[in-house]
Amino acid sequence: MNWNNVIQGFIFLAAVILLAKPLGTYMARIYEGKPAGLNVLLGPVERWIYRLSGIYPETGMSWKGYAVAMMLFNGIGIAVVYTLQRLQAYLPLNPMSMPGVSPDLAFNTAISFATNTNWQSYGGETTLSYLTQMVGLTMQNFVSAASGMAVLVALIRGFIQKKAETIGNFWVDLVRSTLYILIPLSMILAIFLVSQGVVQTFKPYEKVTLLQPVMDGNGAVVQGQVLALGPAASQVAIKQLGTNGGGFFNVNSAHPFENPTPVANFLEVVAIILIPAALCYTFGYMVRDKRQGWALLAVMLIIFIPCLWSCISFEQQGNPLFSSLGIDQKASAFQPGGNMEGKEARFGIVNSAIWAVTTTAASNGSVNSMHDSYMPLGGLIPMWLMQLGEVIFGGVGSGLYGLIAFAIIAVFIAGLMIGRTPEYLGKKIEAYEMKMASLMILILPALVLAGTAVAVILPQAKASIFNPGPHGFSEVLYAFSSAANNNGSAFGGLSANTPFYNIALGLAMFFARYWLAIPILAVAGSLSRKKIVPVSQGTLPTHTPLFIIFLAMVVLIVGALTFFPALVLGPIVEHFMLHHS
Amino acid sequence: MIREHVKPAIVSFLLLTFITGILYPLTVTGIAQVLFRERANGSLIYRNGNPVGSLLIGQHFGDPKYLWGRISSTSPVRFNAASSSGSNLGPSNSVLVDTVKARIEALKAADPDNTSPIPVDLVTSSASGLDPHISLAAAYYQIPRVARLRGLSQDILKSMVRKHSDNRFLGLLGEPVVNVLKVNLDLDSYKIEYNTEI
Repeated sequence: MNWNNVIQGFIFLAAVILLAKPLGTYMARIYEGKPAGLNVLLGPVERWIYRLSGIYPETGMSWKGYAVAMMLFNGIGIAVVYTLQRLQAYLPLNPMSMPGVSPDLAFNTAISFATNTNWQSYGGETTLSYLTQMVGLTMQNFVSAASGMAVLVALIRGFIQKKAETIGNFWVDLVRSTLYILIPLSMILAIFLVSQGVVQTFKPYEKVTLLQPVMDGNGAVVQGQVLALGPAASQVAIKQLGTNGGGFFNVNSAHPFENPTPVANFLEVVAIILIPAALCYTFGYMVRDKRQGWALLAVMLIIFIPCLWSCISFEQQGNPLFSSLGIDQKASAFQPGGNMEGKEARFGIVNSAIWAVTTTAASNGSVNSMHDSYMPLGGLIPMWLMQLGEVIFGGVGSGLYGLIAFAIIAVFIAGLMIGRTPEYLGKKIEAYEMKMASLMILILPALVLAGTAVAVILPQAKASIFNPGPHGFSEVLYAFSSAANNNGSAFGGLSANTPFYNIALGLAMFFARYWLAIPILAVAGSLSRKKIVPVSQGTLPTHTPLFIIFLAMVVLIVGALTFFPALVLGPIVEHFMLHHS
Repeated sequence: MIREHVKPAIVSFLLLTFITGILYPLTVTGIAQVLFRERANGSLIYRNGNPVGSLLIGQHFGDPKYLWGRISSTSPVRFNAASSSGSNLGPSNSVLVDTVKARIEALKAADPDNTSPIPVDLVTSSASGLDPHISLAAAYYQIPRVARLRGLSQDILKSMVRKHSDNRFLGLLGEPVVNVLKVNLDLDSYKIEYNTEI
């Protein structure tokens, strides 16, 4: 670990932690309906949406009503994105004459974007028209993020309300998240990104003359280079802020037109965990005990920082197979050194590893380096962060409601230890809440492990594997870990654009998202109905260092025990083979 | 319970599509085209009025008289900016070692006298297949070769490399890099000046 790595890691963490409080306060005020600065400008737009749509913002919904509204809205999204892709050849804003997308790929991409996963089976610049990218994908980037935030806010109301039958209004939470939080932040970020060189245009792809002509695979001479363009900055901004992660181009944020400079890279990687981190503060603010929010943020950081440190170290060590070839892998003032396969020169080791850890801790899934080419243990860390259930920052909204579900499990376990009825934030945790919270730690691993098992048995699924040996197994395990935790990053060597993977991963994304969100809404409904138990001597405090470490351990032990055997078969055995061959 | 939500779902979907899918990207495009026109359109470089590349997108150079960039794994041609792709080769894959060895051989064949260790970024594939940069070390490694083949002094080449390199932002963020295309464009125009002097 050299000083450059330490300094850049520190600046990143400092920026995130410093921004959590102001943004968290702003979001809390928005959800509580208090004036927050932009109301003068956007208030009329908000009311206009309600009036035209027949939404009564004052009317609360039962948890079932809330869930139905969310599913309807997300269902329409899936149908529209599917249709747009299938029909893009007949629609405007298709300067490169992209043909319609195949049914299985369109199905996969539609679910991928509606569920805030943004798994990329499509190839961006080679598959989708500008219209599909804008009206289909950019739009889903906003509303899938806003749906996650809405569910979180509903759950928070469960802790605040006493003996209430409703958990808020889905439409209001959706519209406010989009209008007041996601759009203003995206607008600012997008303009900054264009200033760094991210493209934002409706022109067709540009053709330039090469300085030195190249030969293609058949030996023919190619004189020119075609530069893929498009309205990328507007989509890149929300793909980071909304923990979406679906690239405008195939290689995502490694593409110089999506992420051209270290400044752009810094803004984008901070944007990835900005809202998930700030929502912790929002949570504390709304439950009127800010320590509870800081405690959850601390749990995230306790797991995040060692992962960051390890991933940077593993990548900086470089590839042992190169050491006998006369290659210089040492970091110096003139080069980043380390394992540079699949990494961009301007990002080097540290900015690639920071991104890899951040994008998988948060369920973003955009990449600025190719995770498939990471060292075995360097790649294990992103994979394992997803397997923890995307609760270390996680998706906007969904990460925190996942961690709150873990907190429910933690107080239950603690309650068993000390022989008292478990409570969290003054609400009694009973069998119903426990059942719902347990669904989470059962469904996600089941989807990951069963999916991986099926894929390594079926010959047509095995044919998609690119790298030989245990690394090939890692590719499949990574794919299902990513889809079934709504992350979206990949070990990109796997040819995932096949009917098997498009359908299997599509279903994994769908069930992972909604089989989690709906039980969480059920918990919100159940908690809302309960009275608030006053704090007494027997209350387990949930903001103390003891509880923070306890909760982190619960997350780690569940994640580690469930996935350790699978990880041994992939990255761990590859590590030993690499170092002892 | 479902029926009461159908109208809000459909109408709010349409309105939010209009706002986030049309109005928002158009507004960003409008502002971008006014404030940062060149960058929003791909940071193109022109020579004699013709576009010869983008500042941000690398090109393939295999001629020893040029500075070489990262390995590109795009297909069907290298540095295909219409279809970006990494190599996705795993660290234990023998194809990775073969690719690296082939690159080392090419570098040695072009400059047999150079015995310094080769900077790792010069023998590995970039993530995008379009990386416009190499590290300073990778540029300095190639200076003796290019200088010899162009009949230029190494000092001239060094100052050319420095001219087209970027430091860390504020000395803190990113890695110091050299833009390969810019150096090569400069080399070509230098060659013209050099030849006219003779």
